Amino acid sequence: MNFDLSDEQKMLGEQARALLSDLSSFDRLRSLIDSGAEWDEPLWRALADMGFLGAAIPEAHGGLGLGALDLGVIMEALGGANAAVPFMSSIVLGAEAIRLAGSEAQKAAWLPKLASGEAVATFAYAEGPGPVFASGAKLDGGKLNGAKSPVADAGIADIAVVLVSGGGFALVELDQPGITRTKLDSFDQLRPHYRLDFADAAAESMPGAGKLDRLIDQAAVQAAFEAVGAAEACLHMARDYAMERQIFGRPLAGYQAIKHKLADVAVATELARSNAYYGGWAAESSPDDLPAAAAAARLSGIKCLEMAARENLQVHGGIGYTFEANCHFYYRRERMLAVHLGGRGYWADRLLNAQPGSQAKAA
Amino acid sequence: MDFNDSPEEAAFRAEARAWLAAHAPAHELPAGVAMPDTEEADRGRAWMRELYAGGWSGLTFPKALGGRGASGIEAVIFAEEEGKYRLPKGPFTSIGTGMALPVIAKHGNDEQKARFIEATLKGDITWCQLFSEPAAGSDLAGLRTKAVRADDGSGDWIVNGQKVWSSWAHLTDWGILVVRTDPTVPKHKGLTFFVVDMKTPGIETRPIRQISGASEFNETFLTDVRIPDANRLGAEGEGWACCMTVLMGERLGSGAHRSGIEPLIDYAAATPDGHGGTMLDDRSIRQQLAEALAEEQGERFFQARLRTMVSKGENPGALAGMVKLAYAARYQKTNGLALELRGLAGIAPEAGDTATGDVQYDYIYSTVMRIAGGADEVLLNQIAERVLGMPGEVRMDKDVPFEKLKG
Repeated sequence: MNFDLSDEQKMLGEQARALLSDLSSFDRLRSLIDSGAEWDEPLWRALADMGFLGAAIPEAHGGLGLGALDLGVIMEALGGANAAVPFMSSIVLGAEAIRLAGSEAQKAAWLPKLASGEAVATFAYAEGPGPVFASGAKLDGGKLNGAKSPVADAGIADIAVVLVSGGGFALVELDQPGITRTKLDSFDQLRPHYRLDFADAAAESMPGAGKLDRLIDQAAVQAAFEAVGAAEACLHMARDYAMERQIFGRPLAGYQAIKHKLADVAVATELARSNAYYGGWAAESSPDDLPAAAAAARLSGIKCLEMAARENLQVHGGIGYTFEANCHFYYRRERMLAVHLGGRGYWADRLLNAQPGSQAKAA
Repeated sequence: MDFNDSPEEAAFRAEARAWLAAHAPAHELPAGVAMPDTEEADRGRAWMRELYAGGWSGLTFPKALGGRGASGIEAVIFAEEEGKYRLPKGPFTSIGTGMALPVIAKHGNDEQKARFIEATLKGDITWCQLFSEPAAGSDLAGLRTKAVRADDGSGDWIVNGQKVWSSWAHLTDWGILVVRTDPTVPKHKGLTFFVVDMKTPGIETRPIRQISGASEFNETFLTDVRIPDANRLGAEGEGWACCMTVLMGERLGSGAHRSGIEPLIDYAAATPDGHGGTMLDDRSIRQQLAEALAEEQGERFFQARLRTMVSKGENPGALAGMVKLAYAARYQKTNGLALELRGLAGIAPEAGDTATGDVQYDYIYSTVMRIAGGADEVLLNQIAERVLGMPGEVRMDKDVPFEKLKG
């Protein structure tokens, strides 16, 4: 047993963090919000130049052909920086959906462009309130009809993989007359969401059937890495503030009410990290274990980031409620991350259903 | 990253499994039979003798001192395989191997090592721990049991005081003991460490009636107990360093997992809800079970990370406390849920329902797990200070001679 990241993976994570600390400061995030930007396009170009976008895309299609743990350390760094880029939409979901379910022609057409950053993809799964994975949209004779909402990053995406009736995927180019994109008021100010209406939109079916579970199990592991990165950023921000802030004649960090609160966050974060590692290992090396591993990683990721984002702001006190402080970026993103890909109830079901012998006894 | 055994680990596992298959069944305890603790301790010694004869005693202990010199990972593998049998293992032998041996090996002189190490590895000597006192638990260095030199020129020490929570003190041969030898210096500096023969006149052990109904813990009264200076471990005033050696062993050893979630899922799935389904159909129950399962898996994989650190020669330090903290809290929460799922039957089970009896016991015992081996609050402080780098506690007793302290 060797349950640790490899030296190469640790170095990859360090490279990602260094790039993000250069290019994606909190002031940069504030200016993106103030200017109403859809995304941090220069950062996306830099991520492409470093090869991060193609990390897990096969070499035959212009990527580096690395695995889930390599992708995970990049996601952890992106979560830590609260970066305003569509990595989850375009790489973790879009590119991977094409890799899993696309035809050879679809892979050849799109994976190199997604790896290079020349094109951006998104994955359209929700259809308003209700179950997060909905398949009311209909693909019939190359025509797509229905609506998907909300869809992350759809304003900048060139293509969408759309979850359609029957549980399959359709591949659509978004810049066409049959598609209307309506920008929504996104709670996460650095992750725009859209409503997509399809009226006889030209779409291709994707031949791979039954790939949804695999796709979102893998994405859940990556979401856990992202949550761990964000939670650790919140934890360190709170700790650093509490060390500086003097109160009643000594540092705020010296009070047990603060120490114990942050220690609890640290424990939750390390448990989530451990589950994310196992999820990454299972995705790469033990696919039968992936469903349970992914669900556990997802649940513990949601939990640690919820604690971390809330307590970080709380430790800051009133200053945390200002736009000039940095707590709000994570406080808003946390809610988005908690519900995208399905929330706690959905993943609780998936975890119980993945237990041995549980199919028969599941609800 | 690889969660599976390496070829070397697989070979070690196969060897352990084969040896256990040949030797463990004869030592297994009968299921569901309460046994007098004297018999349990005797069986524990017999299993230690068997382990020693087979070369499996003191797994991670250096070969030169009579151990096997195995790696931390190998010790985990052996424990996993050993855990498949109902063997007589408990504090009556583990305090010796997990606490007395490390402190003797590190702080003892050659004569002490020769006298105690092999005998302990063989199960000939069993140990109890005489550390905590009624007014010194989490603040162990505040202990008051005192030792003074005998005035007869023998160099012997005369010990007076009271120890508490000494597991199995009534049945073990020797104790590891920390006492105050100098009250004129600050509290951590005035302590000295001894090994003491539990049959020495003046030692009286009384069982504590516990909330579980059992009495594995004791109060131990020491009245004019004479200890030869040859039984002192380390120098006078070095008792705290010896305690740290013991307590580090305790931290790394804690968190051995007893599951509890999967049987609970099975129970919910098998219990009708009165509406044609089972209790596992209940949204709230599903959520609680899934969250607990995710935590349990996180603890398991976190331990795997810590073991990897140890195998690479890194010291996990206060990270080890995280597993214990999470495990104890979840253990209490899960057993509380297990009682709740059973409804009134959890409070008053039908005759013969031993499973519910076990859950009741575990719910009571979970309180011990949150207190012993580092209380929740102590561990939270350690994590905040040593992992996050936050300031230490304000200490009113710092640099104050023990005899000047209040209380």
